[in-house]
Amino acid sequence: MTTTVPIVRQRGWARTFIRNPAGVFGLVTTVALVSCALLSIVWTPYDPVHTDVLSKWHPPSSAHLLGTDNIGRDIFSVLLAGSRVTLQVAVGSALVAAVVGVVFAALGSLTARWFREIIAVLIDILIAFPTLLIAMMLASALGGSIMVVIVAVGISFGVNVGRVSRPEIRRVSRSEFVTAGIAAGLGPVRNLTRHTLPNVAPVFIVQLSWCMAVAVLAETGLSYLGYGAPVSTPSWGRVLAELQSYIGIHPLSVVWPGLAITITVLGFNLLGDGLRDATDPRLGRPEVITA
Amino acid sequence: MTAPLLRVSELSRNYADRREALFAPRRVTHALEPTSLDIHEGRSLGVIGESGSGKSTLVRLMLALDSPTTGTVEFRGRAVSRGRRAAWFRRQTGIVFQDPYASLDPRMTVGRIVSEPLWGLRIPGDHRQRVLEVLDQVGLDAEMAGRYPHEFSGGQRQRIALARAIVHKPCMLVGDEPVSALDVTVRAQILELLAGLTTELGLTLVLVSHDIGVVRDLCEDVAVMTDGRIVEQGATAHVLAAPQHPYTRRLLDAVPVLDIPDAPTHE
Amino acid sequence: MTLRARDLTVNIGGRTVVDAVSFDVADGDRLGIIGESGSGKSMTALAMLGLLPDGATATGSIRLDDREILGLPDRELARLRGSRIGMVFQEPRTSLNPIRTIGRQIMEPVRIHQRLGRAECRSRALELAKLVALNDPETLLSRYPHQLSGGQRQRVGIAIALAAEPQLLIADEPTTALDVTIQAEILELFDRLVDALGTSLIFITHDLAVLQSIVARALVLERGQVAESGSVEDLLRAPASPIARRIVDAARATSWQKPEAP
Repeated sequence: MTTTVPIVRQRGWARTFIRNPAGVFGLVTTVALVSCALLSIVWTPYDPVHTDVLSKWHPPSSAHLLGTDNIGRDIFSVLLAGSRVTLQVAVGSALVAAVVGVVFAALGSLTARWFREIIAVLIDILIAFPTLLIAMMLASALGGSIMVVIVAVGISFGVNVGRVSRPEIRRVSRSEFVTAGIAAGLGPVRNLTRHTLPNVAPVFIVQLSWCMAVAVLAETGLSYLGYGAPVSTPSWGRVLAELQSYIGIHPLSVVWPGLAITITVLGFNLLGDGLRDATDPRLGRPEVITA
Repeated sequence: MTAPLLRVSELSRNYADRREALFAPRRVTHALEPTSLDIHEGRSLGVIGESGSGKSTLVRLMLALDSPTTGTVEFRGRAVSRGRRAAWFRRQTGIVFQDPYASLDPRMTVGRIVSEPLWGLRIPGDHRQRVLEVLDQVGLDAEMAGRYPHEFSGGQRQRIALARAIVHKPCMLVGDEPVSALDVTVRAQILELLAGLTTELGLTLVLVSHDIGVVRDLCEDVAVMTDGRIVEQGATAHVLAAPQHPYTRRLLDAVPVLDIPDAPTHE
Repeated sequence: MTLRARDLTVNIGGRTVVDAVSFDVADGDRLGIIGESGSGKSMTALAMLGLLPDGATATGSIRLDDREILGLPDRELARLRGSRIGMVFQEPRTSLNPIRTIGRQIMEPVRIHQRLGRAECRSRALELAKLVALNDPETLLSRYPHQLSGGQRQRVGIAIALAAEPQLLIADEPTTALDVTIQAEILELFDRLVDALGTSLIFITHDLAVLQSIVARALVLERGQVAESGSVEDLLRAPASPIARRIVDAARATSWQKPEAP
């Protein structure tokens, strides 16, 4: 008996996402960041590295949109170029953290109890090292660079992601639908990928968006300490670090990089929240019936 | 007497609790004492007991969803073990769990949930068609296949769980307190459905419950458990009418009796 | 003691969970409330003690001895809770404070409402523990909730509810979470105590057999409304409303009736 079955679909997650203003804001800022980064590869109003000591401390004008800094660089160009570093650091750290997190998560659920206990102890040891310390250790071995920031933030956050995900994974793998999966013939790996991970994903998504936010902030601190991007590469952190001593005299110049960092960090957080809410089938998405 | 469909021999399960102090001996919980039980094809068995009686442990061990401390499980004479090599066994069994809110993956559609045993056990054929067939058998509309569990009531979710349990045409169906979490009016409907399916599909039924009323009509045989062991078993009608073991007597005495005035006597 | 509820209505977030419910409970009287999940029976009980969740609004009237108690400020209600109206909850695992001893939890209502000295409180607690038939009360009073069984914890819950000698006891599904043999003991305890102390009782349950064993008069709730009310005997013999009919039919199908001995 063949019957035509009407297709009933839930509103797709993308359309649900669009309805969330906070999430959309996060998406907009992230897209803006990417656009700036891409744009700056081919064009900036001025050469960001070019110093012109005669035009230092110009206020914002039609010639210099955000003014110039202490050595005559156009702040707008520096910020545009700096967005590349921000993007690299954010995405790179998130990727490293995701890989480290998934590996720890898988180790935490597919292995024997004694092994899991050892991993738990290892994770706790790693967490005891602050991100900056790991970065400095890496920098002293490999020299300061963006890679150092990415790897340092990625590992220390990934370990955190793994740690936060473990109780969530444990909770989900004790759920009856996972037992039902075993009863339906699924092996442990398939159970993990089909049931456990998608249900842990919301926690993951939020953690990774946090990671991106923290990466941006970490880059600031590390650049200030000289462990981040080299002097020749414009970065928001470096600009902020260099200009912060002038905050009393030329406060506006510090506001621009600070604002850029703040909006970007906030945007990442909101994007993560929005994605997590949009992909949860339980959060009421009414149906759209197409015949 | 023909060979049993499923035979459980000296099956037991102990749990070691966390140590109180570094060198203190671990406390051991005996969830199931060495137990033997035969399940015969085409018959229905009710396992009744209170919390901590070991009934759920017994059933999970029987279905190789947990590893026993001692003992064996044999299905049609062949030993059953956990892990990859249990697929042949899993094809023959289906299970419905107690909590309709926890036994369905909230992130999967009903259609995927119900078809899980089909792709988990790599059963050939048109899965989509089979899912629709089985949804019809449990009284659900075909269009529900695209919806998510949270959109359904407890009773409907148990129907979904039931559909999943029979989609791969097993010969044995196990229910671990399948109606305990449901409202009384819904309970009756689901039990009726269960009875109907068991007869229609010729299933061997094992029903675990703490509620005797549930087991009374559905199961020909009954086993009474307490403290990790079976204290009495036999034909339901006999055991309930003339309980031999003091615990069974206490259990039956404790159940609140519904005294319906002018109602027809039971059967 | 008289309790009179008229047109009690509770709204939570735009949804009406209790809809114009009215009932009377006289001195020493027993009233049962039966319904399925979501019928509003727990909310009705919570409304009487002002224990509704945040965001819930209650309208209508609840008069305790001719005094309107619906809408009273929390401070006034606190004086009533325990001393005029006591409540026993469903889940013995979560309704007791896990980090305080049993003895202190039983003594608390006594200390708050009766202002007795330490020694007097303790002897009152012992008295209460014996009243609810707890074995070995002296040792038990210094134990913690997790060291007690479910049945013992529920007895403690009853002791706490009765500690300050309330005139009305509200029991919200007190035996639902217990094993059937323990349930029988607890029901028998309720029956005995309520008789002996002359307390009025409102007993909430979803189980018709349990209802019949403890009260003679009941309300049937469905979707927040009173679908039917009257004596339990009448309800069983000739249920008038569809929901009552469904409940009685379902109970008949799954209930336990002792078969004739062979």
